[in-house]
Amino acid sequence: MSTIKLTVNGRAVSVDVEDRTLLVHLLRENLNLTGTHIGCDTSQCGACVVHVDGRAVKSCTMLAGQAAGSNVTTIEGLAKGDELHPMQAAFRDNHGLQCGYCTPGMIMSAVDIVHRHGGKLDEETVRHELEGNICRCTGYHNIVKAVLDAASRMKVAQAAE
Amino acid sequence: MYETTYHRASSVDDAVALFGKGTEAKFLAGGQTLLPVMKQRLAAPSDVIDLSKVKELIGIEPTGDGIVVRAATTHYDVATSNVVQKAIPALAHLASLIGDPAVRHRGTIGGSLANNDPAADYPAAVLALGATIKTNKRTIAADDFFKGLFATALEDGEIITAVSFPVQAKAGYAKFPNPASRFALTGVFVARTPAGDVRVAATGASQSGVMRVGPIEAALKANWSAGAIDGVTIPSAGLLADIHGSAAYRANLIKVMAQRAVITAG
Repeated sequence: MSTIKLTVNGRAVSVDVEDRTLLVHLLRENLNLTGTHIGCDTSQCGACVVHVDGRAVKSCTMLAGQAAGSNVTTIEGLAKGDELHPMQAAFRDNHGLQCGYCTPGMIMSAVDIVHRHGGKLDEETVRHELEGNICRCTGYHNIVKAVLDAASRMKVAQAAE
Repeated sequence: MYETTYHRASSVDDAVALFGKGTEAKFLAGGQTLLPVMKQRLAAPSDVIDLSKVKELIGIEPTGDGIVVRAATTHYDVATSNVVQKAIPALAHLASLIGDPAVRHRGTIGGSLANNDPAADYPAAVLALGATIKTNKRTIAADDFFKGLFATALEDGEIITAVSFPVQAKAGYAKFPNPASRFALTGVFVARTPAGDVRVAATGASQSGVMRVGPIEAALKANWSAGAIDGVTIPSAGLLADIHGSAAYRANLIKVMAQRAVITAG
């Protein structure tokens, strides 16, 4: 057992877990942040993507101990109260989800993509960079539309600040 | 995953000392291969020693005639490094094709090389560029480092600390990715040194892991152009055959990927 101290969605937490605990299990089982999903056992599906120190990572492929001292943002940390994050709003408006299982990982990956590419985002880049997130309902088309829509909304929001 | 004990190393020396104390210890870098393997219970190290926060193992520096990439530098940092993009753009391009963005944020060059997956990307670059692998004990030439599937010249407890890459006159990489895993079904790295020597390495193709491709090297040395590879015959003996492609298919892919790599290199 080890005591892991980290910051999750702006809140400092301290959790006692076995050393073999994955970050995703710490989030879901110790902190009850079940918005982060587990869709596979092979690090391929991307349903568990969260941000660790500002970078999108698969939380099923990182030990909790590796995240000690880090700043973690999950899907629960995106909205400001009742106001959805522009990426969440764009997924809703563009019908970017059906069953919703992959959506938290899609949104966390998509926010990371927009942060890295800013205004230079095009459809080809979005499709290439969503390679690590698997969706079995939508055929991806509306997801790509949502990401591009959100990218322009986030650009406008940034310009207004 | 079976039980294990996690250690975060503070330095290379600390990591070596921790490794010595474990009964069956393993070094953990980005963990993008080791952790999935542990989740499948195909590996059960008593101790995992995390190298990813060791400061002396992170960073990229230009040297007089090349670049040094320290071992715990992530694929993302190599792909987006101005130093790499300027000195050896083909290496930055290769790093941008590994896995997916989340994998590139964690995976490291040292971890990839120490694992030596027969379909990994970095081994092709290291072999074709004639890179040198530095460890905490010695330096190893690329030609002496790779020893077959998942096997390297590394001894027990030896840690890759950095890789130095010499600048080339021309270099390019092209891969045909497995559509699910993004590993190379076949990937080919081509390089021409300032002195005119040509080195070509293929990954994902051979039953013995990454390999030099002599016939294409000879053709490109005589005439650096995609067309020069048209008449080359690649024997399919010793190449991988699986659900994704036969040995003959991979032999052809080596030619096609080499041609695309030459076109990319210019």
